[in-house]
Amino acid sequence: MIEFKNVTKKYGDTVILKDLSFRIKEGQFVVLIGPSGCGKTTTLRCINRLIKPNKGEILVRGKNIADINPVDLRRNIGYVIQQIGLFPNMTIEQNISLVPKLLKKSKDECIKISKDLLQLVDMSYEEYAKKYPSQLSGGQQQRIGVLRALAASPYIVLMDEPFGALDPMTRELLQDEVKKIQKKLKKTIVFVTHDMDEALRLADIIIFMDKGKIVQMATPEEMLSNPASELIEGFLGKHINNLVNLKASEFMKTKLLKVTKDKKVLESIEYMKNKEVSSVIVIDDDEKYLGTVQIEEIKKRGKAGNTIENLIKEDNFTVNINSDAKDAFNILLENSLPYVVVLNDDNKPAGIITKTSMAKAMGDKLWGDEA
Amino acid sequence: MNTIIDFINRYYKEILHYTSRHIYLVFVSVAIGIVIAVPLGILLSRHKKIAEPVIAGISAFQTIPGLVLLGFSMMIFGIGIKPAIIVLSLYSLLPILRNTYTGLIGVDASLKDAAKGIGMTKNEILFKVELPLSVSTIISGIRISTIYIISWATLAGLIGAGGLGDLIWIGLSTYSKDYILAGTIPAALLALIVSNLLELLQKLITPKGLKVKR
Repeated sequence: MIEFKNVTKKYGDTVILKDLSFRIKEGQFVVLIGPSGCGKTTTLRCINRLIKPNKGEILVRGKNIADINPVDLRRNIGYVIQQIGLFPNMTIEQNISLVPKLLKKSKDECIKISKDLLQLVDMSYEEYAKKYPSQLSGGQQQRIGVLRALAASPYIVLMDEPFGALDPMTRELLQDEVKKIQKKLKKTIVFVTHDMDEALRLADIIIFMDKGKIVQMATPEEMLSNPASELIEGFLGKHINNLVNLKASEFMKTKLLKVTKDKKVLESIEYMKNKEVSSVIVIDDDEKYLGTVQIEEIKKRGKAGNTIENLIKEDNFTVNINSDAKDAFNILLENSLPYVVVLNDDNKPAGIITKTSMAKAMGDKLWGDEA
Repeated sequence: MNTIIDFINRYYKEILHYTSRHIYLVFVSVAIGIVIAVPLGILLSRHKKIAEPVIAGISAFQTIPGLVLLGFSMMIFGIGIKPAIIVLSLYSLLPILRNTYTGLIGVDASLKDAAKGIGMTKNEILFKVELPLSVSTIISGIRISTIYIISWATLAGLIGAGGLGDLIWIGLSTYSKDYILAGTIPAALLALIVSNLLELLQKLITPKGLKVKR
């Protein structure tokens, strides 16, 4: 679909793109990401010949774009920019049907295109067609910007940080809409952003660039599980750093309700009632973990005066304090347990992981402790 | 006051004659100015490197006193309307040129980028985007030019081009207040009327999308 072959771009002595080669398949949503100055926007603008490389070839559908008239090429490639770029002197309808009109489509066809496209983003033709861009909100304007790019049914749509200037809520809405439209119309989209959230949300393939080169080209999952460099890890930041390598110890609650095995039955019931829990951890005299005792079990089989020793449930799920938090999650979720007990290396209980402690710890990691 | 009214009653045909000649001088000069300055402004907006020196050159030219230039023009082209129109056209250039240039380069770069990126040709960008968005600035340049030229055209009487200048010069050489006023008042009225008309035109021609607000 789109293929870069050893593309180099320089401005004077500054190398912007360094011998860049990659290939994008038809129908893929590809996100170019990287630090500013990494060459992502330059790469994008090479595709519709807004920038001419010094060396190398770019093929679109097997054809070298250097051999295609740039105007014809661009009319077949949608283009959306961060500044939106709707023409203020034209109505919404005129903006949307601009390219079809340039392609000499009939008036009726142009109207149909505007109607169909507006419907795609749930904007009514009657209400919006005759309005001017200045009468719309930023989010609505960029929706029209996207529609304008789709109007001539291009096979590729290029988007240069299209949602960068929108507020977070509108941005998410538009991300969802674009993803939906892309799936529905099966467009190949090349999308530039510096926002990893956006990339992870939208991309089939993420191309991470730095200093004019590709550092990693992978699916979001691959990149998350196996980032190729520290820089990428930094970008993935909250998505990976803290969550992937977390230990059970970081997720557990250390306030524990423990009783020794020689505790009497009635005492235990009283203790559990006071603490409003339905089970407690039982330890031996060396504080080693023995198991748990459930209140139902005590009520069913416990006899006043006896110890709880023979009521202990021993087949509980436990995890080692140094094991991956992920293992604890899985045990917790798969067995729909109220908690998993975390044990020290010497088998002494160190804490428990509940769904609440898990959610709280994840929240802390994602948004900081203040959350 | 009565004498002026008497004067107008007696000479209104002459006044009309000189006024229409004046309008003709101004109209032709400004029209020539537009025909040269607007395309030149468009050209300069595409070659910004040469734009500054060209505009600076024309500005410097503008500092030459009108009388001197008219004299030179008369020496080269003789007496009559032709040398006057040549000089007045030259004087009308600068405001139109400068406004065309600044209007065009003032069009938001992202709009030009979007226009190019969606596949508009240079001409399509010029006529569908750049000119509609700068037309208001260009007309305001034409307005400034026209007001200048209405007043400068009174000098053209000196080299036999006719117009309201004739009345003024007659008045000055014969110490006749009536003649002076008969020349200056129509010129002043003309400037006011034309200025207002062009302002109206500017409002009418500005694209609706630039005027509406949410």
